[in-house]
Amino acid sequence: MSAAAPAGAAPTEGTSAGTDLVLRGLRKSYGSFTAVHDLDLVVPSGSFFALLGPSGCGKTTTLRMVAGLEEPTSGQIMLGGSDVSRLKPYKRPVNTVFQSYALFPHLSIAENVAFGLKRRGKKKVDAEVAAMLELVELSDLAKRRPAQLSGGQQQRVALARALINRPQVLLLDEPLGALDLKLRRQMQLELKHIQTEVGLTFVHVTHDQEEAMTMADTVAVMNKGRIEQMGAPEDLYENPATTFVANFLGQSNLVAGSVVEGGGETVALDVQGTRLTAPRARLATDAPQVWVGVRPEKITLTRAGSPAPSAAAGNLLAGGVVTDISFVGVSTQYVVRMPWGQELSVFLQNTGAHERLVVGDAVDLHWSPDHTFCLDASQDARAGVEEDES
Amino acid sequence: MSAASHLPGGGASAASDDAPRKRGLGGYLLLSPGGLWLVVFFVVPTVTLVATSLYDPSGSLQLGYAMTWHWQNYTDAVVDYGPQLLRSLQYAVIATIACVLMGYPLAYAIAFKGGRFKNLMLVAVIAPFFTSFLVRTLSWQYILGDNEAVVSLLRWLHVLGPEGHLLATPFAVITGLTYNFLPFLVLPLYASLEKVDRRLLEAASDLYASPFTAFRKVTLPLSMPGLVAGTLLTFIPAAGDYINSELLGNPTTRMVGNEIQDLFAAGDYPTASSLSVILMAAIVLLVAIYVRRAGTEELV
Repeated sequence: MSAAAPAGAAPTEGTSAGTDLVLRGLRKSYGSFTAVHDLDLVVPSGSFFALLGPSGCGKTTTLRMVAGLEEPTSGQIMLGGSDVSRLKPYKRPVNTVFQSYALFPHLSIAENVAFGLKRRGKKKVDAEVAAMLELVELSDLAKRRPAQLSGGQQQRVALARALINRPQVLLLDEPLGALDLKLRRQMQLELKHIQTEVGLTFVHVTHDQEEAMTMADTVAVMNKGRIEQMGAPEDLYENPATTFVANFLGQSNLVAGSVVEGGGETVALDVQGTRLTAPRARLATDAPQVWVGVRPEKITLTRAGSPAPSAAAGNLLAGGVVTDISFVGVSTQYVVRMPWGQELSVFLQNTGAHERLVVGDAVDLHWSPDHTFCLDASQDARAGVEEDES
Repeated sequence: MSAASHLPGGGASAASDDAPRKRGLGGYLLLSPGGLWLVVFFVVPTVTLVATSLYDPSGSLQLGYAMTWHWQNYTDAVVDYGPQLLRSLQYAVIATIACVLMGYPLAYAIAFKGGRFKNLMLVAVIAPFFTSFLVRTLSWQYILGDNEAVVSLLRWLHVLGPEGHLLATPFAVITGLTYNFLPFLVLPLYASLEKVDRRLLEAASDLYASPFTAFRKVTLPLSMPGLVAGTLLTFIPAAGDYINSELLGNPTTRMVGNEIQDLFAAGDYPTASSLSVILMAAIVLLVAIYVRRAGTEELV
């Protein structure tokens, strides 16, 4: 964004900067517990923005503050150039799709969808409601009650009920959380499609990293009330800035190492006595002690002593032993125990190009220096590792 | 169940046929105590009541009554006690409205603002039940008495004239009815309000509804089942009540309950019965119209 500079410069002009959602030093404390720490954030108008983090990281609190359902302890929420931080929720040009959908059980689907328009004094709403139900493909169910609909249908009613008001920002609070996996994947595509079609700003809160990466233009990873890193999904994945991001977005192998030579475009690293290299640009720290990271799918396994395949040549960690193999269809996931006791994971595509390995095989790990990143070693290497899922 | 032993032949298919039938029988078996109770304490008395209302009124308890299908009992009852009947329904309606006006804010406050004092407040609503109905009503004689604080204050404020009084007026009777039946309105209403999902109110607020609109469009409709149940539990007993009129009223505030009570005491069973049947029919009719208009059958 070109600095939203001259304060109050005709927000009615509809410049994209004028309709951005801007959070300035936003903080929420409950007694001595601070749920959100001085958040600074700009959500460009028309973008699909995801707030990603584990439960309890403050993402929903942030969303509720934007909606007006929680009052910030301090800080500002700017919308379309004006400060809405102290406005009542019903006076904000913002609508929410709630995690529980919160559909009105005593009203029909059409009446639910018309609710917001009617509250703003609109009399003739039938045509708009019909068009909106068409968009979410629920025209046949207009007269039903919410309890007569399936979860996926209710989710779409909740979306229609919010969208019909054409809010400046649409807030989505884990809207797909209650759906089964298959339906969730389908709804992700539909949501993205609808967002492109209506061109509104979507702020999506989720703990599902795959969901965030599939749908959002920009992802902000939140942890303990702070934004750890923000950027396009690919950037975050390829260049995690913290161990939390490295582990929460996909998986990472993090091995303790130190920078031994850092003059030029590449830096030389010492990992357990082995010399590795990494591009200087992928060093997220100036400290000499680092976590050397590489994504499991970037590594290739060869039998001990065999030459490296050309694409993965450069970095080599030798002396591994395969301790576990799981076949997951498109790929095979290996766990390799290194001489210093650490277990690393390696995903190999099932393209037929790899030799079949069995548990107990001695292997070497190869990967390209370009895929190596370095993080500050003062962080917990297991931050953001999901305990219950792979 | 023994039903199985009655099955002819007991072929291989019996087992699969049997399962659902057993379940059906079980359901009836579980219903039977309730059904029996209903027959003994509702159907039989109602039939007896209707039969008694058609007996020859010239009979007496000592001489016995003859069943003469004396429909004139009904016209006599309406002609003689029509005003009391209307007054009863009128008082009951006013008392019910007064209960709603006081009970709704009370139930709402307990359900939405009660916090950790919720249970304590509910106990406070029920607490008067620990003393007898009679004692509670009698104490209103004292509260509304001519020489007591309330009347003195109202006279001093010129709300009442120097000779004005409260006891033995329609106001006193309706006050008594309102007081005595208020908890019956508050409890079911509280249960309904308590169940209203607070997230729906957030959603309403998110959809441009002010707190008052959110109440009108969401909370109120969702509390209708409780409100209807509460008003029925207030209106029905209030319409048949005679204690409040007896203890707080005067001869011009007599309700149909007082007349029925007197007729039974005087041994005029046929007229008392026909008046009871008329009261019952009037209440059923009014309640049917009311429930239909309130449209609660659509609510879960």
